[in-house]
Amino acid sequence: MSRQYLIRRLLIAIPSLLGISVVLFAVLAMAPGDPFEELATNPAVPPEVRMALRAKFGLDDPIWTRYLHWLAAMLQGDWGFSFASRMDVDKLILQRLPVTLIVIGSSQILAILVALPVGVLAATRPYSVFDQIANTLAFIGFSLPTFFTGLLLILVFSIQLDWLPFVYRTDIEAKGWLFYWEHIKQSIMPVAVLGLFQGASLVRYVRSSVLDVIRLDYVTTARSKGIGERKVITKHVVRNALIPVVTLVALQMPIVFGGAIVTEQIFRVPGIGSLLISAMLANDTPVVMGVTFVFACLVVLFNLIADILYGWLDPRIAFR
Amino acid sequence: MAGSTPASLSADAPRVGAAAPRKSRPVTPAREAWRRFRRHRLAVASGIVLIVMFAAVALGPIIWPVPINDIDFAAKLQGPSWAHPLGTDDLGQDLLARLLYGGRISLAVGLAAMVVAVVVGILVGALAGMSSGRVDAVLMWLTDLFLSLPQLPLLLLVIYLFRDTMKGIFGVEGGAFVLIVVVIGGLRWMPVARLVRAQFLSLREKEFVEAARALGASKTRQVVQHILPNALGPVIVAGTIDVAAAIIAESTLSFLGLGFPSDVPTWGSVLRDAKDYLDIAPHWALFPGAAIFLAVLAINFIGDGLRDALDPRRVL
Repeated sequence: MSRQYLIRRLLIAIPSLLGISVVLFAVLAMAPGDPFEELATNPAVPPEVRMALRAKFGLDDPIWTRYLHWLAAMLQGDWGFSFASRMDVDKLILQRLPVTLIVIGSSQILAILVALPVGVLAATRPYSVFDQIANTLAFIGFSLPTFFTGLLLILVFSIQLDWLPFVYRTDIEAKGWLFYWEHIKQSIMPVAVLGLFQGASLVRYVRSSVLDVIRLDYVTTARSKGIGERKVITKHVVRNALIPVVTLVALQMPIVFGGAIVTEQIFRVPGIGSLLISAMLANDTPVVMGVTFVFACLVVLFNLIADILYGWLDPRIAFR
Repeated sequence: MAGSTPASLSADAPRVGAAAPRKSRPVTPAREAWRRFRRHRLAVASGIVLIVMFAAVALGPIIWPVPINDIDFAAKLQGPSWAHPLGTDDLGQDLLARLLYGGRISLAVGLAAMVVAVVVGILVGALAGMSSGRVDAVLMWLTDLFLSLPQLPLLLLVIYLFRDTMKGIFGVEGGAFVLIVVVIGGLRWMPVARLVRAQFLSLREKEFVEAARALGASKTRQVVQHILPNALGPVIVAGTIDVAAAIIAESTLSFLGLGFPSDVPTWGSVLRDAKDYLDIAPHWALFPGAAIFLAVLAINFIGDGLRDALDPRRVL
């Protein structure tokens, strides 16, 4: 992969981040409500003082000046102050972010671990019984909304079988191996909900992508050279079939974040998704804006990673 | 499916149907699509399921005239019985009546949001596809930008910020409905726009469009009469899937407590109320969840069947 490709791709990410920040700011600016609204009903505050306050905090400036101010503050890490948690928004988000990333990351790994073998097996035996079962299960998998699967898992594994805890706790007292075991045990259900939902749609992509590649001439060539079927599939077919799948995984990231919000809410995982919901229910606007922006940045970041991986996996597009 | 051109279905139909030559009715595109759709047994079954669901939510309240907010503490948290076929919730309200009412909202939101998404998508896609150059580039940049927005957080953000204003304009339920439909639709038009643009780019260079142009057809006529009907196949499929996605989105919002006001029973909000009683009243959560699942699964299967039916490259 050429360095030029890398640099160009990095530069493309900047306008999309700016675009997203414009959209977010526009939504905030168009929203009704005035931070000094309460003062208007307070007889002790004369209107002139309110107007002076508005002017002081730049609320009367033209919209693009306000945008630039806001953007400059965001870039400097001044994300505002959370009314509900009594701390800086950036610190609050940094505290919660690792949990979300771990849950999303492990669910993606689970999704790939499920989807890859199933998709490849289904594609190598198209229209067989296995293929049809896999296809039907995949349909069921992505038609089940995450909030319902979450409740179903709780019903079965926490209430009926009493195997797994359904509330994610951060204050586990155990030490050593037991500590990790407790953490794994409480992460199983959130990760499974997200991972299986994601894996279900991935199976279909893997299958169709493998089906596209498996008919190509070079695969026939590989077979006619006497390479074993197993090796043809793993070394020749899957490597090329995965190239489009990588992009699809990244393009699905916005949906995955949506699922993460729901899962965190159900299992009370203390990540940024549940932070977003609790901030919304508490009318904590700075936190809401901050978390939404972080989600947007994560989506852009994953698109970037996908494109870079794409350029690395497929040398044909690197010098375009 | 860039570059794949579903040439007009009628052009392919005689060849496909030629196996059994019958001098009877002429093969219209719609009839041919129906013939192909029927081959997908799960899709047909799903169609029947969906029709039953629509009929149930439309006529149900007439056949089952139990009020949705009839509080009866003597009968709270009961499982299914003859008096309450789907059981009751923690206030003793009849779940069947609430689910029938909620189904109206969920299905209506799904359809309306799909219409918004498809209309916006067709407009943007057609504009981009017909006007190459700068307009196209800007519109496609916009489409890509919207694609890289985090959908659910933004959906939540917009509803969080605008809920009260809309309530003032359209009333409590109406405000929530308009806002949710517009926002869900407004965040889902991008795939349709891309499909339409790709179709337009290839279709507008086809001979039949050139012929229309040579005959002096205006640009609007070219689009409406000649290009758009041929580009609709994939759009219909995408629109069908959009209904399912919109139902899930609306249920998610209600489940998180940010959709319709909490006293309006949608499938999502019934599920939300039920989740704290999973251990003593699992039926309360299972029925609304099953309703969402069934509706979404049926719509997805129909989308799959339509994909087969409307893709002329596939021989059925």
